[in-house]
Amino acid sequence: MKLMLIVRVILMITFTQSFNAWAEEARPLQTDVVTEAQVHRLSQELRCLVCQNQTLADSHAELAQDLMQEIREMAAKGMTDQAIIDYLVARYGDFVRYRPPMKSSTYLLWLGPFVLLIFGAIGLVMMLRRREQMPADKPISPTEARKVRELLNKE
Amino acid sequence: MKRFLLPLVIFLIMVGFLAVGLHLDPREVPSPLVGKPAPSFSLPILDDPKKTFSPQQMLGQVWLFNVWASWCAACRDEHPLLVALSKANIVPIYGMDYKDTNADAQQWLLQGGNPYLANATDIDGRVGINYGVYGVPETYVIDKNGVIVYKQIGPITLEVLTNKILPLVKRLQAQ
Repeated sequence: MKLMLIVRVILMITFTQSFNAWAEEARPLQTDVVTEAQVHRLSQELRCLVCQNQTLADSHAELAQDLMQEIREMAAKGMTDQAIIDYLVARYGDFVRYRPPMKSSTYLLWLGPFVLLIFGAIGLVMMLRRREQMPADKPISPTEARKVRELLNKE
Repeated sequence: MKRFLLPLVIFLIMVGFLAVGLHLDPREVPSPLVGKPAPSFSLPILDDPKKTFSPQQMLGQVWLFNVWASWCAACRDEHPLLVALSKANIVPIYGMDYKDTNADAQQWLLQGGNPYLANATDIDGRVGINYGVYGVPETYVIDKNGVIVYKQIGPITLEVLTNKILPLVKRLQAQ
């Protein structure tokens, strides 16, 4: 029992200390709740340019960390989301945004799916119309019935 | 025959899109900085940290601005080309050592040769962000008015150098 107690105490000390170490590292995050919320919001809207299919929030690339730091500083200065996004777009282009802006070069991107949807709907209507015009079911003639029976009884 | 026409047209349109897509490089982000003045900065020089380098010092000249780092493997590929270019004395090459330590950078230049007239040292990468750097090496061609005319993302190859950069430099120098 005594041994167990000692082990437990040692474990507790180690864990508390490692948690302390973590808290130490994470401290810059706690500076300002509003700023942090803004950084968090923005980092999910912006793309990491190194690992291009990740947001800044998901990425562990060094550049992403640097950009987060940059955003944090701008947010701390009281810049709006739009101002910060504009700042990054001016340097890295629209590509940093996960939601591309609506402009002439992106019309196809934004409207393409709807155009395809319209084409699909037209195709569907055309197909249904054609199906309507097909001859209605009519009872089979005695000759046909005999043929069917013959085929079925072949085995 | 007619019912095959529509699928054929759709197929051809898709082939068209895919053929174009095949020749696009998804890693290449078009820089919005092309056509804009090179962002100003003032950073310590690698060989003499007491002095600073800033792009304003280069006004009136066409120059290459190469962002590199000793930890960057692709920089190793383009380095011999830069050294050769610097020996040809066509255009001044200035460098920016990006997120690196001075000791490593100096070691690298000793080993591979030094094509740069001077190197700015961007240790924390802040100036890099201003230049939209996201993957070293990156090279900017900057004209006499301090405007970025061309940006090469990734290593300069012989092809890019002879087909794009050198003709561009010649044209800008003649202006």
